[in-house]
This record gives sequence, C-alpha cells and structure tokens, in this order.
Amino acid sequence: MNWDPLILTFQLASITTLILLGVSIPLAAWLSASRSRVKPVVETLVSMPLVLPPTVLGFYFLLAFSPGNAFGQWLDQWLGLQLVFSFPGLVLASVIYSLPFMVHPIQSGLSALPASLKEAAYVMGVSRKKTLLRVLLPNIKPSLLTGIVLAFAHTVGEFGVVLMIGGSIPGRTRVASIAIYDEVEALNYGAANFYSAVLFVITFCILLLVYLVNGGYIKRFWK
Amino acid sequence: MISCQIDKRLRAAGGEMQFRMDLQVPRGQLLALYGASGAGKTSTLRMLAGLMAPDAGRIEVGGNVWFDSTSGINLRPQQRGLGFVFQDYALFPHLTVRQNLEFGAPKDQKAVVDELIDLVELGGLQHQRPGTLSGGQKQRVALARALVGRPSLLLLDEPLAALDLKIRLKLQDYLLRVHREYGLTTLLISHDLGEIHKLCDRVLVLEQGQVVREGTPSEVFQSDRISGKFKFTGEVLGIQPQEFLFLVTVQVQDQVVQVVALPSEVRALAVGDRVLVASKAFNPVLYKLD
Repeated sequence: MNWDPLILTFQLASITTLILLGVSIPLAAWLSASRSRVKPVVETLVSMPLVLPPTVLGFYFLLAFSPGNAFGQWLDQWLGLQLVFSFPGLVLASVIYSLPFMVHPIQSGLSALPASLKEAAYVMGVSRKKTLLRVLLPNIKPSLLTGIVLAFAHTVGEFGVVLMIGGSIPGRTRVASIAIYDEVEALNYGAANFYSAVLFVITFCILLLVYLVNGGYIKRFWK
Repeated sequence: MISCQIDKRLRAAGGEMQFRMDLQVPRGQLLALYGASGAGKTSTLRMLAGLMAPDAGRIEVGGNVWFDSTSGINLRPQQRGLGFVFQDYALFPHLTVRQNLEFGAPKDQKAVVDELIDLVELGGLQHQRPGTLSGGQKQRVALARALVGRPSLLLLDEPLAALDLKIRLKLQDYLLRVHREYGLTTLLISHDLGEIHKLCDRVLVLEQGQVVREGTPSEVFQSDRISGKFKFTGEVLGIQPQEFLFLVTVQVQDQVVQVVALPSEVRALAVGDRVLVASKAFNPVLYKLD
C-alpha cells in the first residue's frame, strides 16, 4: 500500500494547525475584546469559509497565486514562492479555509471569561500579552483543544480547495481525500477503501479523545 | 491625597445618566461610597483604576497626574499601581493561592507574599486553588493579592456583600487592620450601614451619578442629633402590639434584640426598615434611617 497520501494529509493538517494557532490566538483575543467598527467586517471574513463552497475559495486562490497574475508574479520574484500546485500553496489555502474552526472556539472561550479576570491582572501591573498568555489562555483550555482538533480534522477532510489549488501530484499535493477520489475514478476500490478506513478510524479516535478530555472523563479516571 | 474631578455620560438601566464627581480624599482616609445600584459607585472606582475612561476631567493621586483630558494623559491600569478588590474576587482559578499573590508581585518579593499570607491567615491554604475555598477565604486572598504591589490606594467594590454576617464581621477587622498597617487610602463601596459606621471615616452618598450627601457616617445617616451612649444600626424584623406599647424586634448585626416603642414611634416603621438603636437616657430608642 502507498502511505504517501496519508502522510501528506497529516503533515498538511499538523502544519496548518500550528500556523492557525499562532494566527488565531491574537485574532480571537482582538475580536473578543474589540469594539472597533471594522470588527463585523473582520468577523465576516473569518467566517466566510464556513458558507462558501470550497471550490470558490480554491478558484480565487488559483487565480491569485497563478504566476500569470501580478500577485503570483510578485510572490515568485520577491519570495521565491510558487503557490499553485505546491505544498506551501496547500498550507496557505488550508490556513484560510480552516480559520473559522480555530478562531470561533477561542473567541467564544475568551468572551465567556469574566472581564474582571483580565482587569484584575491589568490592575496588578501585568501587561496585556502576559495576561493573555498566563491568565486567559490557561482558563480556556477546553476551547483551545476544541479549536486545535476542529482545525486539524477539517484540514484532513478538505477536498475542494485542495483539488483546485493543489491538483493531484503524488508526494506533493496528492492528499488522502484526493487519492480516494482518484482511486474510485480508476475503479480501484481496494485502495480507496484503505485510505477511507484509515481516515475514518483516526478522525474517530481524535474526536473521541476531545470529548473524553473536555468531558472530564480522563481526569476522573486518573483519580 | 486623591484629587479628582471627572465627568462621564454613563449608560444606566434607566437610560443615560450624567456622572459627575468632585472628590478630594486625604491620605490615610477610609472613604465609603454608598447608594443604590446604578448610582455610579462602581464606575467611580473603575475610572480611578483606569478600567474606564472619563469623558473629561482630571485625576491626580499623590502628586501624579493619572488622567487629564485637556493634556490627553490617561495612564493605563498597569501604570497606576493601585490595589483593587473586585466584587467577584476575580481570583485566577488555575493558580494556587500563593501563585495568585506571586503573579502580581514585583520580582524577588517572596517576603511580601509571605507577610501577606500571614496577615490574612492563609498559610494552611496557600497551595490550594481558589475553587476549593469558601467565600470568606477567597475574599481574604483577593485582599492579600490587591496589596502585593504595595499600593498606597486600595479600591474595594462591595468586598463583603456576598458573605454571611459572621464572616463579614471578621473580614471587616481584616480590612481595618490592613488599612492601618499599610497606611492605605481606601475607597470602599458598601450597602451595609453597620459596616460603614464601623470602618469608614467619611461617606459619600451617590444618586444618579451625583454626590448628594457627604460627611462622617453619623452625620450622613442623620444620627448627629443623638447623644446616646451606645448606638447600633439594624433591621426591623417584626412589630408586635402590646397593651399600650409596641415591641419591635430588631436584628443588630448577628443578634436579635427587642425594643419597646411608643405607638407614635412605630407609625413610621415597617418590617424591613433600617433603624438606629440608640440608648438615650433610659430605654433604647429607635430612629428610622434613610
């Protein structure tokens, strides 16, 4: 059996989740605290991937990153990045595509904390950054875990965006969901079943773990 | 010394309200803010702490300008170095009692933390998380934590409101002790007249964002005319008619007393009224408060 598509899928999901964590925490912190007028616009943009067909997103990425366009040319010349039909392109597209799955849980976790927690830290002379990292985030661990897992699982499950911008280059952009589609097209049901079953079992286990942890079952077990 | 003249339009339950405060607090005073909810008491503390910006005015504390709308000065809460005890205590749930204190302490101030833990008698609980503590214990942690940065100004937002009477009395003693021992200037929001009488040098009564009365607790709560030997505030629990007189049952702090009253005195009283029980010459006499 060829494990490459599965390995590529989990590589993509891991890298995407790490980047998302770094991007989403400041973004969610800003969204939960801000009363700025541009906030609704930012919230809308973050949530767009929830409602847009992935192919729409993929189509615009394809146009934007294409070396035939100004932005794609600029990326190529200045950063040496060719994002179309490449792994970095998949990562960038996945980050945007899974953004709401990471931002929303963190944002609602932060909004649910009493404001006095943050204010108490400020009055004690603690900076905003340290307050976020040392006071707020440790108190929304379930939200963080939910965000991490949803973003990861959503990236594992994406198809349309990947197909549009990545195509199906074995070892580079051919992730498991694409491989399944290709194998079915080729009437190769055994291989399709292999990829599908592995994805099924792994995602089941990951989600089960989240519900066990957030439901406090594991803590009770150790006690 | 605090000097503050601030204006702010506040959104209260009954629409907008113009908040105006002109306040001078000498160093070392323990000042109470008293008034119905929505009168602007908490807003006063929040503006002093820098958690809310006034629309206009000036706040000066100990010679330093904290806020000045004309020159655009508005120090962040972090720069003001005061102590604040929140109504819900706002303890950090993921940290132990000791870590809660250490979190805001300046570096290498283990001694300060030890001293404060001793002061509020929390030595035995210092490695527990706030979730396992009782209300009174949490309150003591919050008080100790507010003092870790060695502030000269302490703001207390109804610190004892959620506690039962016995613990409240004990915590009043703690408050008084830290106020004196650390030479603090303290602003305290309270609804409890007994507490204000016991703790405070001066009281401001707020209504609709304005100070409507101020003075010592006895002046403000109209007990200045009484030359009694003893006086307590309490709440009327019951009024029973006897042959010629009435027997009024009053709760004074944690005890219930019965006081004889004339029909003329009882006319203005109802169950639930706050009263001052004072002894003039012979019998204790009741005076209706607010």
